[in-house]
Amino acid sequence: MFSWLLGRRGRNGFDLTDWLAFGFLGLGVVLMLGPVLWLVLSSFKTEAALQEFPPRLMPLAPVMVEVSGHAEPLPLYAITDGPEAGRELAQIRRIGLNAQMVDPARPDEVLNIHINDREAIRSVAVATENYTTVFTRFNFLLYFWNSTFITVVATILTVLFNSMAAFALAKYRFTGRTAVFVLIIATLMIPPTITLVPLFLVVSQMGLVNSHWGVIWPAIATPTGVFLLRQYMLTIPDDLLDAARMDHASEWRVYWKIVLPLSAPALAVLVIFSVMWRWNEFLWPLIVLNRSEVFTLQLALNAFQGELQTSWSNLLAMTVLTLLPITVVFAFLQKYITQGIAQSGVK
Amino acid sequence: MARVELQGLVKDYGAVRVVHGIDLDIADGEFCVFVGPSGCGKSTLLRMIAGLEEISGGDLLIGGTRVNDQRASERGLAMVFQTYALYPHMSVRQNLAFGLENIRMPKDEIARRVGEAARMLQLEPYLERRPKALSGGQRQRVAIGRAVVREPRVFLFDEPLSNLDAELRVTMRGEIAALHRRIGNTMIYVTHDQVEAMTMADKIVVLRDGRIEQVGSPIDLYNRPANRFVAGFIGSPRMNFIPCTVVEADGAGAVVEDATGRAISVAVDGRGLNPGNKVDLGVRPEHLRPGTDPESGAENGIAVSVGNIEQLGGESYLYCSAADGREVTVHMPGQTGIRRGDTVMLAIRPEFCHLFRASDGVAQQRLHVGEAAGQAL
Repeated sequence: MFSWLLGRRGRNGFDLTDWLAFGFLGLGVVLMLGPVLWLVLSSFKTEAALQEFPPRLMPLAPVMVEVSGHAEPLPLYAITDGPEAGRELAQIRRIGLNAQMVDPARPDEVLNIHINDREAIRSVAVATENYTTVFTRFNFLLYFWNSTFITVVATILTVLFNSMAAFALAKYRFTGRTAVFVLIIATLMIPPTITLVPLFLVVSQMGLVNSHWGVIWPAIATPTGVFLLRQYMLTIPDDLLDAARMDHASEWRVYWKIVLPLSAPALAVLVIFSVMWRWNEFLWPLIVLNRSEVFTLQLALNAFQGELQTSWSNLLAMTVLTLLPITVVFAFLQKYITQGIAQSGVK
Repeated sequence: MARVELQGLVKDYGAVRVVHGIDLDIADGEFCVFVGPSGCGKSTLLRMIAGLEEISGGDLLIGGTRVNDQRASERGLAMVFQTYALYPHMSVRQNLAFGLENIRMPKDEIARRVGEAARMLQLEPYLERRPKALSGGQRQRVAIGRAVVREPRVFLFDEPLSNLDAELRVTMRGEIAALHRRIGNTMIYVTHDQVEAMTMADKIVVLRDGRIEQVGSPIDLYNRPANRFVAGFIGSPRMNFIPCTVVEADGAGAVVEDATGRAISVAVDGRGLNPGNKVDLGVRPEHLRPGTDPESGAENGIAVSVGNIEQLGGESYLYCSAADGREVTVHMPGQTGIRRGDTVMLAIRPEFCHLFRASDGVAQQRLHVGEAAGQAL
């Protein structure tokens, strides 16, 4: 693993290409992984740590001490300069450029310290309550179930319908086959915003507003999916289908027992796409789903951003939780992506 | 009973006619081979019989019933494909059982038939393997097994051996012939390899451009090719053709003259030929005998100069060119002392000659076929 990670072109030391390769890959890691890492670390910060400026990477929180005579715990500071340098004092309050501080050991003696002479003492503080409140105060599991239901059902239907269309377009010779195929591909060129209003009218006429099916049905026919699967199915030899037909297989069985299993790599790609599309979809559910009990996770995240205040700590925690399932799906199916895409000729 | 009758079978692709009214009768239990160069329509014809291609015209009868409008699965046939067409995602056992499961056969009957076929084709050790893990010959056996378990009325083979190497091809050829002897079903076999056709067939159908050129037993086609095309197609290496002019011809024989003016007498029924007609003299490579001195030896023959020589130990091939530059191949048993560049006289025995009219390629009737075949050269 390490020898692979640290493999170089230069025999001794680093070649120019090594510098370029490692530099480019390093930049990629920072660009790709950086924001995610920041998100995950921030989701463990307390609300106070999140508000801090300048922001810090690690979830650190000021150390608080109980001082007798004060109801609330006070933040602890190390004194770096001035006559009291080297002591650790708790701050009572700040007045202009000075802070009133007190030694926790001698609570009666109040000291005035310039704010530049002190530095907050911090320790790593993992605010797991961000996550627990997501489950207790907000109805995370309901939103999770809504999102999961829509994603799973829509993906199953997408794969089913798209593969049937692709099978017909790839393996049957009928008049207008090319025309139908071109028509399907042509819909890729229509921006979704154009169909938004007519689609909504249809959905509302069918009484599907505020229903999960209102999100699912319009989404399942995807030209990308049909194209991807058709291109892949073209590579399945016709002889196999003929052999199955000689073996008394009905057309449905040819499709179900021969074509579908052999298209597995392309299907896996479509599953990944579909899961990502449905899970991350925002605009369409926002329009169709208005009641909070049918909200998907994305809508719930949006609802977190109140007009007057935003609970950033919970928002971040929920964002991380929202990202997890899709990461898992991707991790399990990613090996099919290259295979499926390479063989279906979709680049 | 599974007699297969083709009556005026026609196939059109749009405006293009690729099969022109084929009439053929294949008896029950017969091993019939369709042979012809690529593009002659033999595979299309087979697929029409199988039900994988629609029949544009004419009638197809299997076991006396017209099956034109029956679907492939209803015709009771099984087909072995050139590419084997094994289902790659299924094990050998599942491949064999798939067709039986589709007709909802009881599980124990499926197991019995699969077991039987596997035993017969020596596939038992591989039943749980995927086709990917099998060698070419094993895959071929699975493909045959898949046909056997169905217990079809007729077996169809579409160039089943063309993806195998030469040695395996000979072995599989034997296995298919043995299979036919054992189960005795009607078999229709398509190939472009005339050796396969000669070795396996009860009846050979030579096709060209969607038409039947000749139908007959292998030896019949070898001895009495109906025309130049069949003569050139059957036999390996192919027959030599020497353009000649008729000098005299009657019912008892003919004398022709090659480009150099050398007279050659030919034992064919010469009726219908007139002096001065252009003909092609056909002599198989194995019926030419070289002598070293152009002036001595048999007076019936042609002079050639020897080009390439292939000595295989047990047999030798000479690739010569005649006076007009035409290639002449000689196949002789044993080894030879003839060397490249030699000019030799090739003796031609009249009773081994074929004569084809240059105008349409049709053969003149040979006079002494039976006797000639029995004679040593």
